[in-house]
Amino acid sequence: MNLLIEFFGILKSTVIDVLPILSIIVIFQLLVIRRPIPDIKQVGFGFFYVLIGLAFFLLGLEKALFPLGKIMAEQLTASEFINAGAVISWTDYTWVYIFAAAIGFSTTIAEPSLIAVALKAEEVSGGGIRANSLRIAVAIGVAIGIALGSYRIVVGHPIHYYIISGYILVVIQTFFCPKIIVPLAYDSGGVTTSTVTVPLVAALGLGLASTIPGRSPLIDGFGLIAFASLFPIIAVMAYAQISQLQTKKLTESENSNAL
Amino acid sequence: MKQQLMIFLKALFGSCKDLLPIMLVIAFFQFAVLQQPMPNLSDIFVGLILVILGLTFFIYGLEMGLFPIGESMAKAFAQKGSTTWLLIFAFCLGFGTTVAEPALIAVASEAATVAASGGIIGATDIAQNEYANGLRYTVAFAVGLAIVMGVLRILRGWPIQYLILGGYIVVVIMTSFAPTWIIGIAYDSGGVTTSTITVPLVTALGVGLASAIKGRNPMIDGFGLIAFASLTPMIFVMLYGMVLS
Repeated sequence: MNLLIEFFGILKSTVIDVLPILSIIVIFQLLVIRRPIPDIKQVGFGFFYVLIGLAFFLLGLEKALFPLGKIMAEQLTASEFINAGAVISWTDYTWVYIFAAAIGFSTTIAEPSLIAVALKAEEVSGGGIRANSLRIAVAIGVAIGIALGSYRIVVGHPIHYYIISGYILVVIQTFFCPKIIVPLAYDSGGVTTSTVTVPLVAALGLGLASTIPGRSPLIDGFGLIAFASLFPIIAVMAYAQISQLQTKKLTESENSNAL
Repeated sequence: MKQQLMIFLKALFGSCKDLLPIMLVIAFFQFAVLQQPMPNLSDIFVGLILVILGLTFFIYGLEMGLFPIGESMAKAFAQKGSTTWLLIFAFCLGFGTTVAEPALIAVASEAATVAASGGIIGATDIAQNEYANGLRYTVAFAVGLAIVMGVLRILRGWPIQYLILGGYIVVVIMTSFAPTWIIGIAYDSGGVTTSTITVPLVTALGVGLASAIKGRNPMIDGFGLIAFASLTPMIFVMLYGMVLS
């Protein structure tokens, strides 16, 4: 019964969240485009399923994953678990980095907006880009990003050194990787961090920043999400570069075989 | 009917596969690393089933509703040929979807609480609300502008890398001028703006536009709108911090 009340509460907030989008679409469709929406019945059902789906999804996350994930982030960063001496060494936090990478990878695989973009990319590229490979590449990027971001909080380096070095890497890769992947790679930075990843990652960052002496949640707690949106760009371009190299090698060996 | 059921079952199976990694990670850390029993096992079980069902419905509805409407509107605008209306639509879509975004509201109010405890703004509720709202409208305006720029890029066929890399240079320069306490929030605000409903719609809009306009490649020109939407908030939030201090 309680579950039902909670479900309708979340459904209501999802509907409120979608209302601005829906009204913009309807207003422009009626007043500017002035044409009925094609397949309106199907589109209506589609919206309905999206709303119901999101509400179920969010309710389930709040029931199961978020509380557990947050408790685990707290327990892993708590001083009793770390058991460090008077001087904190970054190696005391090995399990935190592993947890950060694992949770980054696994939440990214379940991220609905990434699934949407990956499906679209597979469709547009005519299957040249596989949706699942793209998602795995992005997830590896997020895993590396969040692990590195946690390391940064532990050692206390300023965030902009990391982000700016990352940008420089992105610039260099942009010039060497296949042009066709560049816009998709840039996009994948933004889509990784939404419904599933943000709450868990934010809990990890704030937990780390508040348990390590000398870190402030204001300056160090935020910023993990920035890592999670930068490294997928690098990972997706690297994935394109690696597959380009492989096809090159393959054609080269075929050519030499022919001779 | 039977065919629809098959599609649904396939989506259901896919969702189970998508959630398997999270389950494995949590189980491993709970039992092997933290060595604790799983609390509220029944709650977690119900929650997992809800998550799987939810993801399935979402993906199912995505292909039925969100993708088609985004593409059909893009095609209609392209045929109509009114750039002004298209750009107004782009701004509304960016601004309207961001200003009500729950993740952004949560991050903004959290940032306000932290800023008040750090003595950057007054500790009163009014000051905190003002700060959080200012942050929200700044980000929403930035996203609106981002979609406008992104659509303009598709129309004109500008290469994306110069615009995005130019934006990064602006971010780097502003980082050295902006107050330290805003930098983490600014960098994060780029990531939280793009919600689960906005992303498919905006992607479909971009791809639809690029396929409707002659000489544009949907792969090269269609993607990239999200990238703009995660870049401009960083610039504008840092600007907001500079204005405040």
